[in-house]
This record gives sequence, C-alpha cells and structure tokens, in this order.
Amino acid sequence: MSQLELKRNKVLEARFVADEDVLKHISDNGGVKVRKDKAQLALNVKRFVKTLENISDDDEAQEILKEQNYVAVLGACAEDSLRNGPSAGGGEIYSFQTPKRSGKMAELASELAQTPGKNVTFESSQYPEKPASTPQSSKKYSASNKAQLKSKNNEFVSTTPYRLRKRLTAPSLRSDSESDYSASCSEEEEEDKDHKETSDVILDRKTPSKTRAAPASKKTPAKKLKEEMTSNLVEEYFEAHSSSKVLTSDRTLQKLQKRKLDQQTLLVLLNKAPPAFTAELKELNQQHESLFSKWMLQLHLGFSIVLYGLGSKRDLLEKFRTSLLQDSVHLVVNGFFPSITVRSILNSITEEVLDHVGTFRSPLDQLDLIMKRFKEDSSLELYLLIHNLDSKMLRGDKSQQILAQLASLPNIHLIASIDHINAPLMWDQAKQSLYNWLWYETTTFSPYLEETSYENSLLVQQSGSLALSSLTHVLHSLTPNARGIFRLLAQYHLENKDNPSYPGLSFQDFYQRCREAFLVNSDLTLRAQLTEFRDHKLIRTKRGTDGVEYLLIPVDNGTLTDFLEKEDEDM
Amino acid sequence: MSTSSVSKGCFVFKPSSKKRRILSPTADYFSQGKNDSEDSDLRFATCQLLWKQINSETEKIQEELNKQLFDNLIRFLRQSHSEFQTKKTEWMCRMKSSEIPTAALVLGVNVTDHEVTFKSLSEVLQDNVTPYVISLQAKECPGIKHLLQKLMGQLMDCCVDLDSSEEEECVNISQKKIRCSMASLSKWYESVTKKTGSETPSKKRTSSSRHWQSPPIVVIFKDMESFTTKVLQDFIIISSQHIHEFPLVLIFGIATSPMIIHRLLPHSVSSLLCIELFQSLSCKEHLATVIDKLLLTTQFPFKLSEKVLQVLINIFLYHDFSVQNFIKGFQLSIVEHFYSQPLSVLCCQLLEAKKRVNSLPHNQCENIRSLPSFRRYVESQVSEKQIALLTEDSFLKEVTQTLLEDLHIYHENYFTVLRCLHVFTTSLPKYPLGKQIRELHCACLGKRVWETEEYESAVQLLRMLAKDELVAILQKCAEIFISSSGKQFSNTVEKLEEFLARFQNLEAETNEVQDVSVSSQKELQKKTDLYHLQKTLLALKESKRSKKLTKFEMLRFEVVDFIDSLVRSYLAPAEMQTLNEVVYFNTANTLREHLNAAPRIALHTALNNPYCYLKNQTLKSDVGCISNTAPDICIVYKLHLECGRLINLVDWLEAFSTVVTAVEGTDPDSVATDQVDEIIHARFIRAVSELELLGFIKPSKQKTDHVARLTWGGC
Repeated sequence: MSQLELKRNKVLEARFVADEDVLKHISDNGGVKVRKDKAQLALNVKRFVKTLENISDDDEAQEILKEQNYVAVLGACAEDSLRNGPSAGGGEIYSFQTPKRSGKMAELASELAQTPGKNVTFESSQYPEKPASTPQSSKKYSASNKAQLKSKNNEFVSTTPYRLRKRLTAPSLRSDSESDYSASCSEEEEEDKDHKETSDVILDRKTPSKTRAAPASKKTPAKKLKEEMTSNLVEEYFEAHSSSKVLTSDRTLQKLQKRKLDQQTLLVLLNKAPPAFTAELKELNQQHESLFSKWMLQLHLGFSIVLYGLGSKRDLLEKFRTSLLQDSVHLVVNGFFPSITVRSILNSITEEVLDHVGTFRSPLDQLDLIMKRFKEDSSLELYLLIHNLDSKMLRGDKSQQILAQLASLPNIHLIASIDHINAPLMWDQAKQSLYNWLWYETTTFSPYLEETSYENSLLVQQSGSLALSSLTHVLHSLTPNARGIFRLLAQYHLENKDNPSYPGLSFQDFYQRCREAFLVNSDLTLRAQLTEFRDHKLIRTKRGTDGVEYLLIPVDNGTLTDFLEKEDEDM
Repeated sequence: MSTSSVSKGCFVFKPSSKKRRILSPTADYFSQGKNDSEDSDLRFATCQLLWKQINSETEKIQEELNKQLFDNLIRFLRQSHSEFQTKKTEWMCRMKSSEIPTAALVLGVNVTDHEVTFKSLSEVLQDNVTPYVISLQAKECPGIKHLLQKLMGQLMDCCVDLDSSEEEECVNISQKKIRCSMASLSKWYESVTKKTGSETPSKKRTSSSRHWQSPPIVVIFKDMESFTTKVLQDFIIISSQHIHEFPLVLIFGIATSPMIIHRLLPHSVSSLLCIELFQSLSCKEHLATVIDKLLLTTQFPFKLSEKVLQVLINIFLYHDFSVQNFIKGFQLSIVEHFYSQPLSVLCCQLLEAKKRVNSLPHNQCENIRSLPSFRRYVESQVSEKQIALLTEDSFLKEVTQTLLEDLHIYHENYFTVLRCLHVFTTSLPKYPLGKQIRELHCACLGKRVWETEEYESAVQLLRMLAKDELVAILQKCAEIFISSSGKQFSNTVEKLEEFLARFQNLEAETNEVQDVSVSSQKELQKKTDLYHLQKTLLALKESKRSKKLTKFEMLRFEVVDFIDSLVRSYLAPAEMQTLNEVVYFNTANTLREHLNAAPRIALHTALNNPYCYLKNQTLKSDVGCISNTAPDICIVYKLHLECGRLINLVDWLEAFSTVVTAVEGTDPDSVATDQVDEIIHARFIRAVSELELLGFIKPSKQKTDHVARLTWGGC
C-alpha cells in the first residue's frame, strides 16, 4: 500500500490503470516482492480510488469491508505459512510469457555456475556456448522492441548490471556465432544464414551491436520507455505468438555426437550419480510419514486425501500402504501406466474385490453394481490408492466422474497423488464435492523414476532393447516360413537404408520375392501372415501416391541389423 | 508383491480372510501417532458425538428451510394432478391437454448443495404424494434410450417398494429387459393403478392412504443444464403424446436462470410444457441460518476462532457458495481440534466437563498450566494462589471448574449482547460493522471491538438516530434480552424498559420546548427600543450557540452510552478468556491448507526456492536466484525460464552441464567442449522428462530437438 501511495500521482494521471501496470510499478520499485495476488492489487487500486473520490455508496462500502477481510486473511496466509514462501507470488506464476532473448539461458547458466556455494573460478572464454550467446543477446537488446525491453527487468540484468557489462565487453567474442540461430519456420531453416542477414528486423542493428557498448547505453532510455508503454500483458501474449518465428539455435543433438540413451543405461547412469541432500530428504519424508495415522483417521471420516507438491509421491504412498494397509483390502492404481483405463480399475474392483463374474454393457452399469454392493454390505471396505490421478489416461471428464463417484461411497477410501501443474482444473464443483478432498502438501523432491519410465521421453531412445526383445520373442513363436518372410522384408529394408526416398516394399514385389523363395504359395497366405505382423506392430503398411500398398518396418536400422545378426547366429 | 509392472496398472491386495480385521476401529487411528494420547478414546467419542449432533442439527435446518418450497411443490403437484383426474373423462379436454405440467426449480449456483435438496425432495414426495419418483442425472442419460431405460428401471424399483407381494412379478419384468418405450410405460401404469384399485379395502388403506389415487409419475431432472438438448426434446415430445394415459409431472433442477429452458428447448417443445417457477432459498440465507444455529449458540460447546471462521466464510463467498462445503470445513475443524488439542476432552456440555475435570490425570493438569490464557490468569493472581495453582492438582481442578463455568456464562452473555448490538448496527447507514451478524461476530471475536474505528463511527451514527427508530430498536433488544436464558440481564431489561417509558414521556415535554421558542419569537415582534432589541438578539444568539441539548438528545446519549457499556463488559474478545483454548479451534492455517490448497504455488516454490523445503545452507540464495547446488530439476527449470516459446535441447543441455560441472569443481578445460559427461546427460534427461510430467514443457515437432514451453512468464 505504501508503494501505492507513492504512485498516487500516476494513478491520477493515467485515468485508467490496468492491474498489471500497478503490479509492474510495484515490482519495479523493487522494494517488497509482490506477494499477494493480482486480485488484491486491483482491490488496492479500487479502494484507493474510492477513497479519493469519496464515494459513499452503501454497497460499495460494504464490499470494501468484505474485501478487506478477505485480504487480511490472505495476508495472514503470507505471514504464517512459511512454506508458500515469499517467492511464490501469484503474479509471477500466472503472468503471460514475455519474449526472451535467446542467449539468456546460457548466460544464466554461467551466472549460476558462478553463484556462491562452491568456489569456482569463472572465465567466460572457457565456455563454448558463452560467446555464442552474448552477441545475440546484445543484438536483441538494441532492437529496442518495446516488449523485449520490458522483459529485461529480470534479476540478472537489474541486479547485477556491472557483471553483465563486464561480460559484454569481454574480449573473447566470436562473431561467427549468430549463424547458429535461425527462425524455426521450417522452410526458412535451409537457407537461414543469408536469409537472416537480409530479412530480419533485428539484424538491421546487428553491426553496431558488435561494438558492445550499445547495450549498456540502451539501458537508460529503456527505463523511460517503460513508463510510457501500455504494457498490456494480453497484447504481449499475442505478440509473442503472432509470428511463427522463434529464434533458437539450430544445433541438434546429432551434432553433439551424443548417442541416445535407452532406458536401461539411463537407469544405470543415474544410479552412478551421487544422491544429494539425503539428510534433508529423509527429514522431509519423516515429516510426511508422521501424518499417516491422521490420513487414516480422515479417510475413515469420509474424506479423500490428495497429495501434491514437487517430487514423486509413489514411495511415500507405498510406505503408507505397506505400513497401514496390510490388513485390509486395497487397490493400487498406477495412473502413470500408459494403458490404464477406468474400465480396468472398475474391472479389478468387480472381479477381484467383489468376485463378480460377468460382463457389463458400460462402465456406468459396472459403477452401479459396485455402488449397490458397497451400499448393501457395510462391512465391505476398500482402500483405493491412485498414483498420479492426473495422468493422461485418467484426466478425462468421464473417468474423473466415475472415480469421483467411487470416492463418494462411504466405505471406499481414496488417497491419490497429483503432479501436473494444472491438475486441479480437472474437477468442477460437483466432482470436488463428490471427492471431498483434503489437500496435503507432500513435497518430496524424489525423482519421478517410475512415473517417467513409461513416458515417451524426448531424449530416451524409444524402440531400443525393448523392441529387439519383442522382435525376437514374436518371431520365435512363428513358423519358419513366417520368419523367412520377415527376414526377407528386413533385408530389403536394410538394403535401402541409405535411400532417403525409399517408400517401402510394395506388396506385389514382396509377394513375388516370397514366391521365389518358396515361402508362400498364394497371396492370401501372405496377407494372413502380414496381418499377424501388423497386429504385433512389426510392420506398417502405407499407401503410396500411386495407390500401391507399401510395407515398412517401423524399427530403426540399428536394431534391425542386430536382429538379423542374432537370427543368423541362431540358424 | 510389487506394484510396478510393464503389463498392468491395477493391483488388488486382499489379505487372507483370517488375517482380515472385522472392522478396524477409527478410534485407533485417532490415538495412533500421537505421543500425548491423553484420554484419546474419550476425546474421540466426544468428537463423534458432537459431530453427530451438529450434523443432525444441520439436517434439521435444511429441512425447515426447504419446507416452504416443498409445500409449494406439493400443492403444484396436487393441482396438476386434479386436472388430470377431472379431465380424464372429457375427451375434448384430453385433446387439449398435451401440455406436461412442469416445475422449474431454481436452486442457485451452489451445485454441491443440490444433491441434498433433491434427496429430501424425493423423500418428501414419496412420503406424501406418489411412490413414483424418478431422479435422473445428465451423466446417466447420454441418449433417449438410456433415459427411458433408467426411468423404467427406477419405476420398477418403486413398484417393488410399494408392494412387496408383487416383487417377483416385477423382477420378472425387469429381467425380461422389456423394450423400454412410452407405450410399455403407460401399459405398466395402467396395470399398476388397476391393481391398487382392485385390491381389498384393508390393503388399500395401508398402501394408498399416504398417496393419492392414481398417483402421478414425477420425473426429476437434477441438472437440467447438462442434459443434451436432443434428449430433453425427444423425451418431452414423446411423453406429451402419452400425457393423457398417465399423469406425468416434470421437475427441472436449474442452477442458472429459468431462461435456460428456452435456450435449451425450441419454442415448439417448450410450448408442450406448462411451466411453473419455484425459487429455492438463497445460499446466503441458508448460511446465515446455519451460522446462527451452529455457531451463535451455547448449545454446542465447540467454537471457531475468528480466523478459522474467516477462512470458512471466504471459501464460501469467494469460491463455491456451498453450505455443504462450509459444514464440511466445520467438520474438519472439529476433528482437527479434538485431534490436536489434548484438553479438548473438556469441550463438552458444562456439567459433563466439570465431571471430567475431576478425573483429569496429572499430565493433563500440566497441559492446563501450559495454556497461554491460563498462564495469564495465574499471573494476575496473588502469589500464594499462584503457587497453589501451579503445584496442587486438586486446587487447579477446582479453579478450572469455576473457570469453565465463567467461560460458559461469558458465551451466554456474549451471544445475547452480540444479537442486541447487531440490531443496532444493521439500522445504520453504510453498515460500519457489517450487515450480517457473522461479520459483527468476527469483529468482536478478533479484537476489542470498541477500540476499532468502525465501532467508533457506528456509535457516532447511533447518536444521530431518529426517535422512532431508536424506540423500535430498543424494543427489539428488550425482546432479545427477555428471550435469553441468562438471568443476569434482568437489570438490563428493566433499564431498557425504563428508557422506553422515558421516550414515551418525551412526547409531552417536546411540546413545552416548542412553546418556549415560540414565546421568544413573539418577544422579538414586540415593539421595543434599539437597546433592548440588541440585547434580546444577543441573548438569542447566545442561547443558540450553546444550544442546550433537548431532553430527547440527552436520553439518546444515555441509551447509546448504556449500549456501549454493555458492549465493553460483555463483548470482550474470546482470546482474552481464560481456558478459551479448550473450546476454540484456532489453527486457521491447517484448515486453509487442507481445504483451499494452492498446488501450483507449492510447485513453484519448490522449484524456485528449494531452500524452503530442504534446509541446507548451500541452497540458501537471494530472491529470484538459485544456488547451483540445487536439485537438478530446479536448475533445469530455472534455465528454461529464460527461454521463449521453444527451447533448444542442446543449448539447454550445455547450459545445464555448465552449471553442474561448476559445482563439481572439475576444471572446465578437462571436459571436451562438445562431449558432455554421460552422467550429466542422464541427469538432464531425467530432469527434462520430469518437467514434462509436471506439464511445463512438451515435445515439439516444429524444429528438431526442440521442446515447447507450456507456461508463460518467468522468474
């Protein structure tokens, strides 16, 4: 509020002040970190304006009183919950994206590398990515795009300008680096170098930027500009998304000569990595474990429990299960399992818990039966543990509805964990009241090993050892002829591996080859065989432009070579 | 048995039947995991009993509030029904009456409360009107087929309920899976009504005395808005064809506004309905009643402190308008209170509490001594008594009993005076102390209300009240005091009555006052010399300046002062009362954490400032910065904040390895420039996939080896 008083004049001048502006002003003034959400800021302005104009309308006065109360409680929240510490301002989390300078990350990296904690001597020239980033950032700087200028009031620039300047004038700049950057428009990628030189607005200022003094001198006008700017965050959002161009460097992992790791090696490597903060993590876990009996009490009183916070909560729930639920019927659901469905959850309840034989027309019928059985027999009790209730497979509206209805049964006790930042959006008021949640923050910081192991991770080689083993397994169960058919296709595939426009083997050709090798006698047998392959995802068919059916093996060449070698050994 | 597998995601664990406990008592968990488990069984029993009482009270309140609405609905049903009865015979009317009588029940946005309302509605209808009450929910009826199936299914169940002797037959019907159509429905209705009609008189009396003859079929659409238009339209059109065969009445549960009917249904369909509107009680009034009956009463010993009440009310006002959730929060605070406060064993009716005090063990006495409010009390005593209080358990128990009684009396007085003050403040313009009694209650609970600015302005305004207003208020206050159980208010009542009498007497006196002024006016008009005129004018002026208060004003001041004294003596904040911890639940923070959590903020804090959770000195850093020794995911997160919409994985990886290698203290030269350590690579992969799981990034096809950011803004 004190800041607001300072800004009194501005508020009066501007006539209309967006909440975001106020927020910006306050955060610019740098004093207190903005803690309360924007709503409150808006309220502050509102209240302030009202007192200025001396509006004495009854209802509004009433409203102010109420809002004050609300804010007072929010404020109390800030004071007494150390956990949601001062850095967790709503405005920070929920603000829109502002365009960033692309080299920022590398800068921050070296910045972080330098932060106290361990004494490390830092010389920018020794970092390969360092020079690559600096000219780019200064260039962007001078482009004086308003939005970009505004975005610069992040800690790094504003708190340590000296260091920045020092680094910017560092002698070790390599000017060839901007060729690493290009727009992400796919058609532009090929000829990015010359294209960039000519067309990009930013590059107009490119040459002066190399004088390195430019960014430092730009600082002052930028400050002034900031005040004039109608910094509408919404506009910024669309600005950031208006062009499909995003400037990032063109480097790829292939250039790094980094082989993709498969899941197993990843695990092995991670085990080698030294665990950090074991004592602190243990302490955190102990805090959570002390709540176990309270959870049980609350589960019994008809509440459901949801755990949130950073870190895998799987181990915690497992521990809860093994320590308290050993003597009761319980169902553990791995929500992160990629092919989990509500159906399978309901099936395990009806088939294994209720020992019901028979099928159901729809999940709703199944749910009806479960609800009926549980209502009739009050001695039936079921604990439902769901890891990752917010997983892709369970987050659908229908699934959540069914789970919520399960949870609303008095003798089904649900305890679940959520991880996704937007997980609470799954539930509307009706579902929430069915679930009857009690929230518990259990930040564990433990790695999401199990949860991410199924995931189609970006960097993990997908069809690695798993595909090879499945290939051999499937083919071992087939007739020799069928194996021959697959070998034929695989060999042809490998022969053409260097041909980028290889469409696959056409069915007719394939049939011809198979006939010649005495593997099939009619195209019907071949088709039947291919269907089997397709069911096991060993091959894929694709219709070419000429309408001919082409056959492909969706396994990468390395695995295929391995497979063929192994087959040869076996023979 | 492990719970991780690559082939399935559900694991059922069934303990062997002999090992299985018959019923694991909840009380066990209440006492478990607490080292100060004094009287936990007794506490749990008290807690359960209290909750049961409160729950039944809330149900009663709900019932009373809905009574009016339900009466109106039943009247409506009867009316539409009678039309059916009379028109049945007339062919002409039958042609005309293809309109279905429909009740549109506007229930408000607090969807969570609707369930209870509908439940009691169908119970009331089944008791008084008709056995055939069907409730349908949108999620059960994705198509007209499902709707009819559901309807028939529920009707068959009704039939079973009505007459158990016909059970078998009904079961047969439902087993045959009869084709669900309106025709079969009307046939069924005919057979049922005929049966009841032809039954023996004795039986008839038992079954249909409660119900009307040829009872209507009532179909309740619980959430009208979520039904698909098609289903509703089809159902209405079909049933309007059959309306003359059996009496059908629809009830629409509406959360928004009645306009929705016309938006959902085209005119051709809505013209088939004969709609009557019913408005349920607003949730605000409902809450006011609940607070009045549960909190502002001495009936229940358990009390909420100001902050807790604020949290609950804020959740109500700013999040859901749900009374059900308010009560849930109330329940949670009861459980929390009894769970965390060992002395809550004394939180019961006064007589019982006194008995329990006598049997308190020594450690509980120590608990009493360590209560802050009790310590304050001890300090205010003379030294001998202090020693006695701190050393002798028996003396402590005696004192505790009297203190508990004092607390009880305090509450009795508090609520009476609070209501009285509320009568005063609601008549003021701008409501400086709040319009609702709950606001006043919060203000008084938290601090000395008479020291606040709002109170001051309220008193100022009170001093300007007109006479008739003041008299009306005083009368109300007198009623409140008379109806209150406290005996110590007899003086107050007398005083109030005296005030009222004096106001009555004022009537005559005011006339005299007017006479005086008139006479002085007359004096002026008399012929006189300049000197005298000046003198009289001066005198007049003088008298005007130091205008003597009229008798009414004097009396008004007296009344306000009297109220003020009442407030000062009885509305002291609860925190000042000795032993208030026994009955007041005041950890608002826990309540908010559990009911109104902010998972996003927790995540953000953990990622941005891991020191909040991991109390390691190396993690301590300035605001906005992060230590380079932080967990991998925090570093990766921090780095990704610096990027725009797309992030190059290579750059990211290199930045990450820069940070991590710096921590490990290895000489950066020794690492080949483009060869990142395998382990670091693996750690990076893990951190990135964790961020993906948390929903911060997703893979992008726009450019090779890039990911897209999903959140906006940074640092």
